[in-house]
Amino acid sequence: MLKINNLHKSYKMGESSLHVLKGIDLHVDKGEMVAIMGSSGSGKSTLLNIIGILDELDSGEYILDGIEIKDLNEKKAAQYRNKFLGFVFQSFNLINFKNALENVALPLYYQGLKRRERQEKAMFHLDKVGLKDWSLHLPNELSGGQKQRVAIARALASEPKLLLADEPTGALDSATSHEIMQFLQQLNNEGKTILIVTHEEDISLMCKRIVRLKDGVIMEDKKIKQNILL
Amino acid sequence: MIDLGLFREIFQSLNKNKLRTLLSGFTVAFAIMLFTILFGIANGFQNTFNNEFAGDANNSIFINSGRTSKAVEGYQTGRKIQFDNKLYNTLKEEFNDDIEFITGRVYKNVTASFGTEKSNYSVRAVNPDHQFIEKSEMFSGRFINPLDLQNNTKNIVIGNLVVEDLFGDIDPIGKYLDLNKIKFKIVGVFVERTEGSDSNEARIIYMPISTAQKIYGNNDFIDQINLTYNPALSENEAIAFGNKIVDKIKDIFFVSKNDQSAVRARNRARENQEINQFNGVLAILVLIIGMGTLVAGIVGISNIMIFIVKERTKEIGIRKALGAPPNSIILIIILESVFITAIAGYIGLLIGGAVLNSFNLEEYWITDPGVSKSLVVAATITLVIAGTLAGYIPAKRAASIKPIVALRDE
Repeated sequence: MLKINNLHKSYKMGESSLHVLKGIDLHVDKGEMVAIMGSSGSGKSTLLNIIGILDELDSGEYILDGIEIKDLNEKKAAQYRNKFLGFVFQSFNLINFKNALENVALPLYYQGLKRRERQEKAMFHLDKVGLKDWSLHLPNELSGGQKQRVAIARALASEPKLLLADEPTGALDSATSHEIMQFLQQLNNEGKTILIVTHEEDISLMCKRIVRLKDGVIMEDKKIKQNILL
Repeated sequence: MIDLGLFREIFQSLNKNKLRTLLSGFTVAFAIMLFTILFGIANGFQNTFNNEFAGDANNSIFINSGRTSKAVEGYQTGRKIQFDNKLYNTLKEEFNDDIEFITGRVYKNVTASFGTEKSNYSVRAVNPDHQFIEKSEMFSGRFINPLDLQNNTKNIVIGNLVVEDLFGDIDPIGKYLDLNKIKFKIVGVFVERTEGSDSNEARIIYMPISTAQKIYGNNDFIDQINLTYNPALSENEAIAFGNKIVDKIKDIFFVSKNDQSAVRARNRARENQEINQFNGVLAILVLIIGMGTLVAGIVGISNIMIFIVKERTKEIGIRKALGAPPNSIILIIILESVFITAIAGYIGLLIGGAVLNSFNLEEYWITDPGVSKSLVVAATITLVIAGTLAGYIPAKRAASIKPIVALRDE
C-alpha cells in the first residue's frame, strides 16, 4: 500500500538548513492501523505531510498504491490527494459556512460528480458516522466530537485508499476521544488502512502498530496487541 | 468546469459575507454611476448642438448683405449692398464644382386668407434647390420647381401649420390662397419636424423667387443667398471655400476685404468644427474622469479580494487538501470578483440612468441625456475585464497558497 525508502527532508531556515527527516524507511500494508509517535520536533508531522502529498520529499522514494509520488505539479497532486487520501485534522478543518452535508460532499465536487450523486454519497457517509440528522447543521452548531465525525465522513467520502489522521483526538476530551478512536478501529476492521499521528501513549495503544520517531529517524517500529474499544 | 456548483459556491461565499460584498461593490457602483452621469451629460450637450441645427443641412452656408463699414476706392461707408440675380448666376457658374445646392431668398410678409380664415405669414421666395438646403419634408404635393421659375407661376407651397390655421380638415392642394389680395394656387404642403424650437418654420409660405421679384418689386433683388457645399469637402476646405465666396462677392461690390458688416456668411463647417472640437474635448475629459474612477474602483475591489484571500487562506488550504485543482481556486476568486464588479456596476449604471432621467436639464443645455444600448454593452465588457483584472492578482496569490501552510494558519 505504502512504501517509503530512505526518505530525506530538510527545511531552509535562512542561511542554515534544518534536516528534519534523515532516512526514513516505512512500509505499510493494506488494512494496517499505524500510530506514528514522537515528541514535537521529531519530524512526525513532516512525514505525514509528505505521505499526504501536501509537501515534497528531497530525496528517497515514496510509492503509494504502486504509483511513485515524485515531482508532481499542483494539479496532479490535487488529483492524487483527492483519489488516494482522506485527511482528518486535529482542528477538524471544516468549512464554517457550509453545513455538514456540504462539507462531506466537497471532495466529491472536486471529483466531478453530479450534485444529486454527491448528496446521496455524502448522506450515506454522514449516516455511517451517525450524523444523518445533523446534515443541515453548520459546524459551529456541532460539538467537537460531532465535528470530528463530520471530518471523518468527509475523509471517507471520496473512498480513499489511505486515511491520514493528524492528532485526531488532540482537541477532544477523553470520552469523546475514545468514541472517535472506536470509530476509527471499526473502519479499520472493515479493511481501511489508517495512519494516525499522535503524541498520546494511550491513543497509540489503540492501534495495531507503533512507529516511534525521534530526531528524524525511526527509533522503533513494532506490532502491538491492540487495545480494542467496545 | 463551469457549472451550477461553482456559482452555488460563489453565492454561498458572497451571501455569508454580505457586508464585505456590499462594501467592495460600493466603490465600483459609485464609479460607474459617476461615469454614467458624466457620459449622459456630455451626450446631452451633443444632442443639444445637433438639435439646434437639425432644421438645416449640416453643410450649409448662408450669405447676407448689409451696409459697408469701411470706405474703399472712393466709396463711402454706409453704402447698402444689394444681392441680385446676376450675383446668383455668377456664383452658381464660378463655384459650380464646390456647390451642391444653391438658392436665393426674397422675404415678404403677407396677410393670407382662405374663406373666412385670415392670418399673417412670412413668405420666402426661393429657387427649387431650397427644399434640400432647408431639408423640407413634403407632406403632399410638390415643391417649387424650375418650370414655376421659368413661367413666374403663382404657385405656392405652405407649411403644415398654415394648413392647420386656415384649412382645418380641408385638403389644401389645388385650392387658391389669397396673399395680399392676389390669388396663389397651393401645389404642396411641407412638414417641419424641428420640435419646440420655433413653430415659425412650419408657418412659412414658399413661392417661386422670380414670381416674388416681379410682383413685389419688379426687380431682380435677392435678400439672402443660401447654399450647401459639396459634402466631399473637408471642414477646413469648406471653411476656405466659404471665405472664397465671400471674397468674391466683396470684389464684385467693391467692398473692403476687412469689412465685416457688408457681406456676412454663416458657414456650418465652422460651427461644426467648433462643436466637434468642443465635443472632442468633453469626450476626452469624461473618459479620463470615468477611467480614473473606474481604476479606483478596480483597485478597491482588488484590495478587498486580497484581503478576502488572506481571510480564506485556511479554507483554500482545506479545499486543496481535499483535491481542489489550482484552476478551480483561481476561477472561484476571479468569478467572485467579476460577479461583484458586474452586479455593482449595473447597479451604478441604473442609478446613474435614473439620476439623469429624474432631472429636467433642458434649461442647462442638456437634451435627452440618455445612455445608449451600445454603452451598456461596452460597460458590461469593461466591467467583466475590470473584475478579472481586479481578481487576477488575488487569485494568483490564492492559487499559490501551500496547503500545509494554510492548514497551519489559525
